[in-house]
Amino acid sequence: MIEFDRVTKRYPGGHEALTEVSLKIAQGEMVFLTGHSGAGKSTLLKLTAAIERPTSGQIIVNGQNISRLKRAAMPYFRRNIGLIFQDHKLLYDRSVFDNVLLPLHIQGLTGHDAAKRVRAALDKVGLLKREKARPITLSGGEQQRLCIARAIVSRPALVLADEPMANLDDAYATDIMDMFRAFNQVGVTLVISTHNLDLIRRYGGRMIALDHGKVTSS
Amino acid sequence: MRAWLIQNLHSLRTALDRLTATPMASLFTILVIGVALSLPTGLYLLLANLQKISGVVNTETEISLFLKLDTSPEQARTLSNTLQKRPDIRAVRFIDREEGLRQLQANGLGDITAGLPGNPLPHTLVVTPRAPDAAGLESLAAELAKLQQVDRVHMDAEWARRLSALMGLGRDLVAMLAVLLGLALAAITGNTIRLQIYAQRDEIEVARLIGATDRFIRRSFLYFGAIQGLSGGIAAWLLISLAALLVQDSVSQLAASYGTSFLIAGLTWQESGILLATSTLLGLLGAYLAVGHTLRSLNIP
Repeated sequence: MIEFDRVTKRYPGGHEALTEVSLKIAQGEMVFLTGHSGAGKSTLLKLTAAIERPTSGQIIVNGQNISRLKRAAMPYFRRNIGLIFQDHKLLYDRSVFDNVLLPLHIQGLTGHDAAKRVRAALDKVGLLKREKARPITLSGGEQQRLCIARAIVSRPALVLADEPMANLDDAYATDIMDMFRAFNQVGVTLVISTHNLDLIRRYGGRMIALDHGKVTSS
Repeated sequence: MRAWLIQNLHSLRTALDRLTATPMASLFTILVIGVALSLPTGLYLLLANLQKISGVVNTETEISLFLKLDTSPEQARTLSNTLQKRPDIRAVRFIDREEGLRQLQANGLGDITAGLPGNPLPHTLVVTPRAPDAAGLESLAAELAKLQQVDRVHMDAEWARRLSALMGLGRDLVAMLAVLLGLALAAITGNTIRLQIYAQRDEIEVARLIGATDRFIRRSFLYFGAIQGLSGGIAAWLLISLAALLVQDSVSQLAASYGTSFLIAGLTWQESGILLATSTLLGLLGAYLAVGHTLRSLNIP
């Protein structure tokens, strides 16, 4: 599903976020990315979603070589990936429902079918009753769940989550982990970055540890 | 096909929402576009109305031939018949000197001649030329002046020529203004679109991250530009109509002082259609140019 081959990412200014990273994640896996902040977790996720380009090395996601991906092909590549952001990136000028509708709308899906899928996604994250609310009126945990609903509504094969449990209390974090496990059970590949080692120990699963841009264990 | 339509309708709604989200700013922009468009349109309308006046006058252009006083009515009639046969003359009207006097008296100007011993008026031939353009008139008049029985030729060709030259200048001005202000319109639209894009940066970024194509992102902004252009066109149309309405009173008074009446012609349906279509297209053009450039400059992955 994901293959990194000696990938280095150097930002302008010389900071090297990832150094010669090689790893493989198979389809259907649920993988935790750990490491202190600044270890390169976010960079690794961004490279996987083609939000950033590697300085050197090769990345293959879903059978596609990211470095050779043309700008015009990017949208179609991204539609197979559900992205969950630490800062949610919700749109505050529209309802909860419309936020989740956006990915479907972008793919040209509208009407009853789309509405049904939006409600199904909202139901999965327990926000069905808030569909008319504005995201700003939701709590931090609810906003995170809304972000998850938006990521899964288009049924992607791969979900990338950047610190989805950050700033959430334990009850919410457990909730979200249960959700992720449920997705994984229906075949979705998940890569989740976190520094909450307790949680990983409790749930188990493969762990890739990063330290100063290098993979220390995987 | 249906999905395409729904997506377009959605983009249209998004564009309208954005336009109404800042009503004052939108209103001012539309007003600026309206004023910019109303200048060339107004000038065009002014020319069209002048043409209407000069058209009326032109078809009535006549050359008066005052014959020598010793010409007999028979000689005058013979000359009239000869002239009638010329291909460049449509009609010749013979006014007998006695009849001329009667006309003068009928017009209440009899007092002028009352003190004179005899009838001072000559026989007159009023010639209506066939091709009443300024140059043709001039050469015809010169030719007629050379005729033996003709004493004097009277024609107002000078003002007709000046008017025609003036109208030509006016048309050039309209064309130049139209091009300049059309560019201005595209620039204004482009700039508002640019600001719109910066304001919607978050939305564009999110849309891009969840798989929106450039075309999808661009669409609502293109609608925005087109709607803004169309609204500006409508504003221009209203401004022009209002101006025509305001001027009509003084024009009527002026016309009345010349003993006629004159109704200002407004924009025809066709001209209104061209105005609105042009403003919409220019808005779209401005948006198109700005969107591509600005989206690239945002550098969203």
